[in-house]
Amino acid sequence: MIDLADSRHLAAYVLMALGLGFDLVGCIGLVRLPDVYNRLQAGTKCVTLGTFLLLLGVVVRFGLDAMGLKSLLCIWFVAMTSPTAAHAIARGAHRAGVPLASGSVVDRYREDGEAFGGTSARETVRRESVP
Amino acid sequence: MSPLEMLMAGLLVAAALCLFRAWRGPTPADRTVSVDLLGILMVGFCALLTVQTGKDLYMIVGLAWSLLSFVGSLTLAKHLEGRRFDD
Repeated sequence: MIDLADSRHLAAYVLMALGLGFDLVGCIGLVRLPDVYNRLQAGTKCVTLGTFLLLLGVVVRFGLDAMGLKSLLCIWFVAMTSPTAAHAIARGAHRAGVPLASGSVVDRYREDGEAFGGTSARETVRRESVP
Repeated sequence: MSPLEMLMAGLLVAAALCLFRAWRGPTPADRTVSVDLLGILMVGFCALLTVQTGKDLYMIVGLAWSLLSFVGSLTLAKHLEGRRFDD
C-alpha cells in the first residue's frame, strides 16, 4: 500500500531535482558558450524551465493551498516576464553593437536593417513603398 | 545532508556560475544576462526555502523578486541600447 503523502513528497523531490538539473545546465552554458547571444539562448531557456519545475514541485508538495496558489502565480510571472526580458536584452546588445561569435553564419536582425541605431524614417517609407 | 539541503547547495553552485560570468563577462551585455538569470535563480531558491520552512512568507518574497528582477532587466536593457530611462 503506497502512502499518498509520501508519494507526493517523492514526486515533488523528483520535480525539484529535475529543475535543479536544468538550472545547472543553463548556468554551465552561460559560462561556456562563446558570445552574448548564445549565452542568452542557453541561460534563459534552461533557467526558466528549471525554475518552472522547482515551483511546480512546491505545488505538488503542498497542493492548492496558500503556498501552492502563490507558487502557481509565480510560475505565471516567470513564464511571462523571463522571455520578454531576454528579448529586450538581446535587442539592446545588438543595437549597442556587441559582435557575434566568429563562427556565426546568419544575422537576420541586421539583414532587416534594424542594426546599430535602428532604421531611419526615410528607409522605412522606402521599404514600405516597394510593391 | 537532507535532500533539500543538497538541492539548495546545487542551486548555490549555479548562482556562483552566474556570478563568475558577471565577474568575467567581456561586455556589459554579458553582465546584464547573468544578473537577469541570477534573479530567476533566486526565485527558485525562494521556492526551496518555502518547502524547507513550510512558511508562506518566502513565496511572497519570490513573487516580488520575480517582478522586480523583470523591471531591473528591462531597465538595464534600455541602458544598453543607449537610451535614457525616461523615453
